Amino acid sequence: MTDATNIAPSGGVAQTERPQRSRTSPIIGAKLKGLSDRSIAWLFISPTILLLLAINIFPLIWAIYLSFTNYRANKPGVPVKWIGLRNYEQILSSEDIWGYLQVTAHFVVFSIALQVILGFGLALLINKRFKGHATWTTVILLPMMLSPAVVGYFWTYLFQPQAGIFNYIVGFFAGIAPDSFTMIGDVNLSPWAIVLVDTWMWTPYVMLICLAGLRSIPDYIYEAAEIDRASQWRQFWHITVPMVLPFLMLAVLFRAIENFKMFDMVVDLTSGGPGSATELASINLKREAFENWRTGYSSAFAIILFVTVFGAANIYVKFLNKVKQR
Amino acid sequence: MRFWKTCLAAAALAAGIAGIGAGNAQAEDKQITLCWAAWDPANALVELSKDFTAKTGIQMKFEFVPWEHFADRFLNELNSKGKLCDLLIGDSQWIGGSATYGHYVKLNDFFDKNGIKMDDFLPATVYAYSTWPKGSPNYWALPAMGDALGWVYRKDWFARPELQKEFKAKYGRDLAPPKTWDELKQVGEFFQGREIDGKKVYGMAIYTERGSEGITMGVTAALYAWGFQYQDPNKPYHMDGFVNSKDAVAALEFYKSLYKCCVPPGHSDAYMTANLDAYKSGQVAMQMNWFAFFPGIVKDPDVGGDKSGFFVNPSEKVEASTLGGQGISVVSYSDKKDLALEYIKWFAQPDVQKKWWSLGGYSCHKAVLEAPDFAQSAPFAADFLKAMSHVQDFWQEPTYAELLQSMQKRVHDFVVADKGTAQEALDKLVEDWKQVFIDDGKLTE
Repeated sequence: MTDATNIAPSGGVAQTERPQRSRTSPIIGAKLKGLSDRSIAWLFISPTILLLLAINIFPLIWAIYLSFTNYRANKPGVPVKWIGLRNYEQILSSEDIWGYLQVTAHFVVFSIALQVILGFGLALLINKRFKGHATWTTVILLPMMLSPAVVGYFWTYLFQPQAGIFNYIVGFFAGIAPDSFTMIGDVNLSPWAIVLVDTWMWTPYVMLICLAGLRSIPDYIYEAAEIDRASQWRQFWHITVPMVLPFLMLAVLFRAIENFKMFDMVVDLTSGGPGSATELASINLKREAFENWRTGYSSAFAIILFVTVFGAANIYVKFLNKVKQR
Repeated sequence: MRFWKTCLAAAALAAGIAGIGAGNAQAEDKQITLCWAAWDPANALVELSKDFTAKTGIQMKFEFVPWEHFADRFLNELNSKGKLCDLLIGDSQWIGGSATYGHYVKLNDFFDKNGIKMDDFLPATVYAYSTWPKGSPNYWALPAMGDALGWVYRKDWFARPELQKEFKAKYGRDLAPPKTWDELKQVGEFFQGREIDGKKVYGMAIYTERGSEGITMGVTAALYAWGFQYQDPNKPYHMDGFVNSKDAVAALEFYKSLYKCCVPPGHSDAYMTANLDAYKSGQVAMQMNWFAFFPGIVKDPDVGGDKSGFFVNPSEKVEASTLGGQGISVVSYSDKKDLALEYIKWFAQPDVQKKWWSLGGYSCHKAVLEAPDFAQSAPFAADFLKAMSHVQDFWQEPTYAELLQSMQKRVHDFVVADKGTAQEALDKLVEDWKQVFIDDGKLTE
């Protein structure tokens, strides 16, 4: 009889597995033996929980505390004063901040709307399984595999009025000189420029999710509809759309959260300009925190943004669950 | 026997490894890190510093960061009391904050002990790069890289007889480097949209960048020429009637008119590199840029040699140029301050300064700048001297970053984004700046 058989209960365990158990130290094994499943589970996940507390929860609590102070990270020697809600008052009464939030809302709403329409449309096409659909899927997915910073730089060149291909294409179809307009230098066009680039990059992502939704619809539902002589439109409207809707809503949720905190791509593309035409809330937050060094103020701003996104996402998820239960 | 041989070999190997380790440790002890921006002068400094290593045995390590991230990266380093940099060539605007918050070592005693005299350096550079409070004899840096905003023009285009003739017929004077802002605009308009050698060209590349400090540096080039002052000379931090004076409004309007008339399409977020690109690719007849880039232009195969000429910032009411450049400081959090000071002592020597200039660095030492042949030493040397004699700098207050961000926003809103009037932009700027100084305790509400 081996040590393993002394330690482990023999009932139900195949003899061939026993030598593996012998690797466990008899002392640890004995100690573990006395623990309940729940305790063992806690034992395994506690390091992760501690790590999460240290790098997620503690900074969050610290940021909440700082948001009520006048703390500046570039003035280490200056005593930190508790100023109550003054940072929040300042932010919520600032016209500029409301302007940045408006710019952000414009970006989030229009980019998601376009991505949903185009992504869903592309998914319907790819789902037809035409010849070469796999190759086309790969080609369509390429933009989302690039780094947002690279995409930002890349599109600054494409938008270049003299040499950029974008202006040539638009100029060709619109019958105007390519250098007669500038996408990222014009205060009216630049908000659309960032929407366009984000749509180019992330439509494939929405397409993928929609495609997963479309492929999850069993064929027999369509076959039954065919037997009932339902038109293509009725099939689409009464079968495809409702069954893909939860997937679509999930895509909207992910994209909305991502776009609300969009930073790198837009910074590389426009630096928030011209003027403040594309200054998203996240860009302004970075300026306040790491250029102006108003740490307390920027913490308050971050908390406001966090609460807004978290609250909106929660409401949305409840709505999403209702849709799924239908 | 074989066993003993193996033991001997192992012992030798261990000793060797230990030796290398000790050597590395020793080399690291005698090594300092110099932090700066990644650009041509930094490469020249690497070359220059080889002499320092040869003379002292102290190895040099360099940490260069692109300009776009230069301030973020190193101010973060200073604020977090990091030990990455032993020596830092920091922007002139940082001196107030770095002195106030103890990031830099005060150098007065060191200068006195080693016979380094600030009188040996150009007064404007000592004032701008070394002193805090401004103009006081408290030195936090040695002037390292003198720089100012200047202009480059396509000398070969200007020299074309047909263009000369056309320009004279239109404006009644020769097509020559402009001396006033009106002349500058005329030249810009003249070249805007013109075809040269089968290629459409434009008037000029000016600073319009939104993200860091670009448009402020460009706009102040005009503001200073119109006699702009940041504050009432008799009442510090009082800006009403100065920052938003009639002349300041006129200068800002003029800068916007340059942006509207004479820049290439899409030149709405351009700073140093974008201007260089526009110029080197033959898109523009003129560009504003820092003198630090001019040696590179002279050497450039496409626009270098006789193809380019240089001129100082045009005047309007006064002669003035925007200050660039930096001083070299010892970081107070460094563990190797003595070695870093050793470098400064070496760098301050006239011979080293001469070599610094010859390699493409802009020395601030009088032994270099006041040498009889200096003006002829480079095509832009005379203009550099002229520019440095009437430079003005942005606020160097500890709160400079907030002051700068406000100006970036207000002027970009007006010049590029067409928002409001020049008067409104400057009035708002005064309000922003007042708030910054109130928060900093330098103004009362």
